[in-house]
Amino acid sequence: MLKIDLSNLKTTGLLYSFVFAFFISSPALAQEDTTAVSQFDPEVVAAGEKLFKANCTQCHAIRTRLIGPPLENIQDRLERDYLIRWIRNSQQVIESGDDYAVSLYEEYNRTAMPAYPFTDEEVEGLLAYIEVESNKAPEAEVATTGEEGVADAGTSQLTSGYVTTILVVLVIILVLILIVLGLIVSVLTRYLKEKKDLDESELEVVRQRIDLGRFFRSDAVVGIVIFIFTAVVLKTLIDGAFTIGIQQGYQPTQPIAYSHALHAGEYQIDCNYCHTGVRKAKSANIPSANICMNCHSGIKNLAGKDGISPEIQKIYDAIDYNPETGEYGTNTKPIEWVRVHNLPDLSYFNHAQHVEVGGVECQTCHGPVEEMEVVYQYADLTMGWCINCHRDTDVNTKGNDYYNKLVELHARNSKEPMKVKDVGGLECSKCHY
Amino acid sequence: MKESKKYWKGLEELKGSAEFKEYAKKEFPEHLPINDGDGEPSRRDFLKMMGFGVAAVSLAACEAPVRKAIPYVSKPTSVDPSIPNYYASTYVNGSDVASVVVKTREGRPIKVEGNALSSLTGGGTSPQIEASVLSLYDKQRVTGPISAGQETTWNDLDEKVKAALSSGGKIYLVSNSVSSPSTQKAIDQLITKYPGVTQVSYDQYSVEGSLSANDKSLGKRALPSYDFSKAKTIVSFGADFLGSWGDKVLNNRQFAATRKLGDNKKEMSRLYTFESILSLTGANADYRTPIKPSQEGLYVVNLYNLIAEKAGSARLNAGSVSDNATLIKAANDLWNSREAGLVVSGSNDENVQLIVNAINGLLGAFGTTIDINNHQNIRKGNDGEFISFVNDLKNGSASGVIFYNCNPVYDHPLGSDIKAGLSNVKFTLTTSDRIDETADAVQHIAPDHHYLESWNDFEPAKGKFSLSQPTISNIFNTRQAQDSFLTWAEDETPYLDFIKANWEMDLYSMAGGSFYNFDAFWDKCLHDGVFELPSETYNNQDIDISGIYDAASAISSNYSDNGSDLELVLYLNNSVAEGIQANNPWLQEMPDPITKACWDNYLTVSPKQADEWGMSFDELSTTMKTQMANLTVGGSTFSLPVIPQPGQKYGTVGLALGYGRTKAGKVADRVGINAYPFTQQSNGARSYSVIGVSVEPASGSYKIAQMQTHHTHMGRETVIQETTLEAYKKDSQSGRNFPKIHTSEGIKKPYAISLWKGHEYSNHHWGLIVDLNSCTGCGTCTISCQTENNIPVVGKQEVINRRDMAWMRIDRYYSSDAGENDLSGMERAAENPEVTFQPMMCQQCNNAPCETVCPVAATTHSTEGLNQMAYNRCIGTRYCANNCPYKVRRFNWFKYHDNTQFGNNLSMNNDLGKMVLNPDVTVRSRGVMEKCSFCVQRIQAGKLEAKKDGRRPEDGEIISACAASCPSEALVFGDMKDPESRISKMLKLKVKDKGVEANEDRAYHVLEEIRVMPNVWYLTKVRNKDAEEANA
Repeated sequence: MLKIDLSNLKTTGLLYSFVFAFFISSPALAQEDTTAVSQFDPEVVAAGEKLFKANCTQCHAIRTRLIGPPLENIQDRLERDYLIRWIRNSQQVIESGDDYAVSLYEEYNRTAMPAYPFTDEEVEGLLAYIEVESNKAPEAEVATTGEEGVADAGTSQLTSGYVTTILVVLVIILVLILIVLGLIVSVLTRYLKEKKDLDESELEVVRQRIDLGRFFRSDAVVGIVIFIFTAVVLKTLIDGAFTIGIQQGYQPTQPIAYSHALHAGEYQIDCNYCHTGVRKAKSANIPSANICMNCHSGIKNLAGKDGISPEIQKIYDAIDYNPETGEYGTNTKPIEWVRVHNLPDLSYFNHAQHVEVGGVECQTCHGPVEEMEVVYQYADLTMGWCINCHRDTDVNTKGNDYYNKLVELHARNSKEPMKVKDVGGLECSKCHY
Repeated sequence: MKESKKYWKGLEELKGSAEFKEYAKKEFPEHLPINDGDGEPSRRDFLKMMGFGVAAVSLAACEAPVRKAIPYVSKPTSVDPSIPNYYASTYVNGSDVASVVVKTREGRPIKVEGNALSSLTGGGTSPQIEASVLSLYDKQRVTGPISAGQETTWNDLDEKVKAALSSGGKIYLVSNSVSSPSTQKAIDQLITKYPGVTQVSYDQYSVEGSLSANDKSLGKRALPSYDFSKAKTIVSFGADFLGSWGDKVLNNRQFAATRKLGDNKKEMSRLYTFESILSLTGANADYRTPIKPSQEGLYVVNLYNLIAEKAGSARLNAGSVSDNATLIKAANDLWNSREAGLVVSGSNDENVQLIVNAINGLLGAFGTTIDINNHQNIRKGNDGEFISFVNDLKNGSASGVIFYNCNPVYDHPLGSDIKAGLSNVKFTLTTSDRIDETADAVQHIAPDHHYLESWNDFEPAKGKFSLSQPTISNIFNTRQAQDSFLTWAEDETPYLDFIKANWEMDLYSMAGGSFYNFDAFWDKCLHDGVFELPSETYNNQDIDISGIYDAASAISSNYSDNGSDLELVLYLNNSVAEGIQANNPWLQEMPDPITKACWDNYLTVSPKQADEWGMSFDELSTTMKTQMANLTVGGSTFSLPVIPQPGQKYGTVGLALGYGRTKAGKVADRVGINAYPFTQQSNGARSYSVIGVSVEPASGSYKIAQMQTHHTHMGRETVIQETTLEAYKKDSQSGRNFPKIHTSEGIKKPYAISLWKGHEYSNHHWGLIVDLNSCTGCGTCTISCQTENNIPVVGKQEVINRRDMAWMRIDRYYSSDAGENDLSGMERAAENPEVTFQPMMCQQCNNAPCETVCPVAATTHSTEGLNQMAYNRCIGTRYCANNCPYKVRRFNWFKYHDNTQFGNNLSMNNDLGKMVLNPDVTVRSRGVMEKCSFCVQRIQAGKLEAKKDGRRPEDGEIISACAASCPSEALVFGDMKDPESRISKMLKLKVKDKGVEANEDRAYHVLEEIRVMPNVWYLTKVRNKDAEEANA
């Protein structure tokens, strides 16, 4: 009894110490919300955000200078009426000879801001949003150094890390228990050997020696070992075979070191701005160089640097643009991007169906693109992955008359929300034809 | 022990030389190629390398290749990758013209469809129109201007041409009928600049007889516009208006309109045909009389006399015809229909056409079914002028010839004369797209764009204008012929501006001032593709019948009722047609609607005649082995395969034009023989029947590729259900077959019991109606399907092996007079059989037998009623095909793409041809089963558009390729769950828990007794026959 208590005590002690150590060393998962409490109605701010992202992000950011000036705390710098006049018709303000307006116009390469006929409420929301954003603490620098390569691939890897730690801890504990038990056995054997009043049968037990050689040669052990070995080899082979053609994590070097982390992350340019087909077509479209030029005719280098960035120069070369004169030539050559996401030809995937109709976020399949310095394939793009999502995802039926009757029918038969699988999302010829 | 005896094999061993000892050590006499470590690589090394190589390659294959994604440098705003764009344009081929809509993907045309805004096509097409998109990507096209066999530049060529044109002399510009006003103006510019230029035109199938007859009796050298939709009685003398005569797309549409039946329409037209071969039109006739071409004139005059008697006009003197029962019946019907009667003739004899005009005049058909004021422009070649051109060539008085998109060396009967004459001419040029038979005999080639690369305008019928716009920038260094004409005429105007100027001058004022300016008018016309003026009002006009008496006496002497000579009938089929697009494998592999043969032309012979010649065709339906015959015509003998053709007039043989190309390209060359030279000049015009040919059975056998070798449905009355109009009027269910099945509980209807549980459809339930009554069997749908679904061409041998890949076929059944139990008798079709066409595609069974037997669930059922086929899941057991009652599944025996063995499969075997593939449909590989998918890619695309707009799809928005192309609107595709859809209304559908039930009396399922519940509904065939003759 003693030994059991002892071992129990020891193991539990160990276990507890590990668990304790584990917790104090583990990073805090929850981040505190640092958003300042705003005095604005969240709905107004949301409306403003939508407006801002739809109309302003091409040229403006809150803290960064893009084609137009940064808008941080603009409400403090300029009067509201002046701002409204500027937004509705900036050219008029400039033409009126306003000093500030003219100097701004000159400073920003005489790039005119289009007139936006927003209503008062809309401007209200816009300004509210800018104020709220200005009051937010600057976001932590995202990993934009570039040399680090693949960023952490999200929470799934995080959890798998925990599982490994727990497994390693358990194995160590088990080995320790084994050693402790062995020690106890040897101590007890020695103690019994010293005892004289044992009969033959008891002595036999005590003197019994473990013949390791015979143990390992026994049919059962050999059988088990062979079985385990075969099973492991087969499992490895099968797992290996399943990874054939899967390019998860594929991160080719692109001809231009374009950073999504900078454009989509830091500057928060909407994905739709460049990937123009995503809401209307099968392909999302890799943007053509003329879309790059919308901004890069003005932005020639990273903020604060002089001259022309060699990467931006590649766009100019492709579209045969002379940044000195601002003229376009005819000697164009398209940029040969390396395709990251390669779906086999036998499957039909349509972006519009998923993004426009289904309301799926880009990140659901493409991962945290806004953090990717170089884009990599986030999902494994296997059929199982597609199907699982179709099993779990609710159909985005809201406001879409196409689904009205289907929702009604579904509600009659089931209390569960209507999933993609309920509208034929698992059928062959939805993707294969 | 006794010393053992010594045996020796040879002196070497006996002598025991050192070489021999060394040699004997080796097991094999010769040095095996096992390498000793130096020298040449050995077999072992090879195996080692090979093994390593295979391993390395298979390992490397695990890594996907780097794929590039190359966006536009500057994306055109109207082009979005993966979104199709549609452009209205105009198809032109030889003398044929049709308004079309071209579907392009990423700037390349992939499908041609009809333009519904055109009153001439109404959205229908023809096989040649559907297939024309592949001709664009033909590698046989010349890639740039050629001069004296050498590639040259346009500037050099222009200099040479201008010099030749300026040097004077008589220069001919030869073309097919030009129905483009601006092209004509460009040619006129050329003629103004060089007055020595003379324009002559011809049609491959001449209508000179009609043109000159119309000139005499109607005062216009033109083909009138016909309106078959207004006709109640139609009599056709050898005019295959559904297959090759006139504007066949329009004819099909109008004729089919008169064959639609429903609760509110219980009347239909009646069609009589008198013809020698069994044509598509004859196959659709209610009453068909086989006659010899040498009888045709007499039949026409006799019909005139019968009508004249009723009208109180004078009779014409001409011999009678012995078998005139049907003629009398036709005359009665025509007289009862009066102005709703219509008589047409395919004869090229002016005398016959004069009488035909007179008959139509007596009926009062001018103004209702015939309109000469709003005449057609598509056939107006002048044979007389052409013959004088050929004479000038022969006698050397022509100093130059320009062939504008025509190939008379091949497709004119005087082709060999032209070829010989060309060597006498100083300057010869063609705008041909390839080095064809004519281009081979000329000095210069100034290749024209394909019509899909061109700007042009057309006026196929008076006041019906149609615009052509490029849908792809020119693939090769070609130049639009009209631009060439203008350049040579020293006019620098680009042809587009030239057309615009013409339209501004001639047509803008007719638009009625409803446009802001000319540009608005132009944009609208370009968008619509058509600009149509209201037809001029046209009342019955007096026609000049003064010529008919002479005509009748000419007919009396030229025709006879009992000619005993064998007569050859030359016809155009509905696939290769005139042979201009002969290098298009889709057309070559399209089976003839009647004979079901492809990749050949052949003699069609009446079965009785073949018996007399001692020909046996026992093996035709099994191994497709047929007999050969020697045809002697005009002194030359040709060896041709023979097909026994039910319905062919005894004493005639038929042969299709359009084959026997020698310089069209690798697909068409040496397929069949060229029959154009066989035509004869008789009675002042070219005759497409030759009297006095001889046919001798020849030895040797030949395999002919036929897609269908069984010709009856062997008494299975649930396959074809047909009735007569009279019976239908009394009982709309007449002709229907309601099968009963035996069960342990007695006889029951098939739907009482089922092996299957059935399916519920909550969203859509796609269905298709096939109206057997308005289907004319033209086969347009099959080519449309081939284009849409990337269906490979397998070639003649594979068709013989019965491995054709068509997803959709048109079964042609003869109704024979053999008894119900005489199965072999049924196969031997009658002398003049009734014909039924049945389009057959995957029936999308709700209880699909194929799904039940698939061991890997590669074919499954969808929630929208589709029978899905997942190619990548299929392992090729072919159980499904064996279990399909309709035999509509096709197995890929080979890899048809990127395979030199299937070089004829142009759309999949070279980079250019592949541009025609539909990117939304998988190109199948070897070893998988495939079949009609109900154009699921169109369904998915249509649904997505609706979802993006947040609405339900509208009826007609989602439509299968076959239904979209059908000129006779016999195919109706739609959602059976939508109570407002056309299909639901036509079938009077009642939606039930499991599936739907049709209350339309004519609707039936093929093989209803097996209870597979197809989603394809057939409507009974109704023949407009009188009841007592129905069984005759």
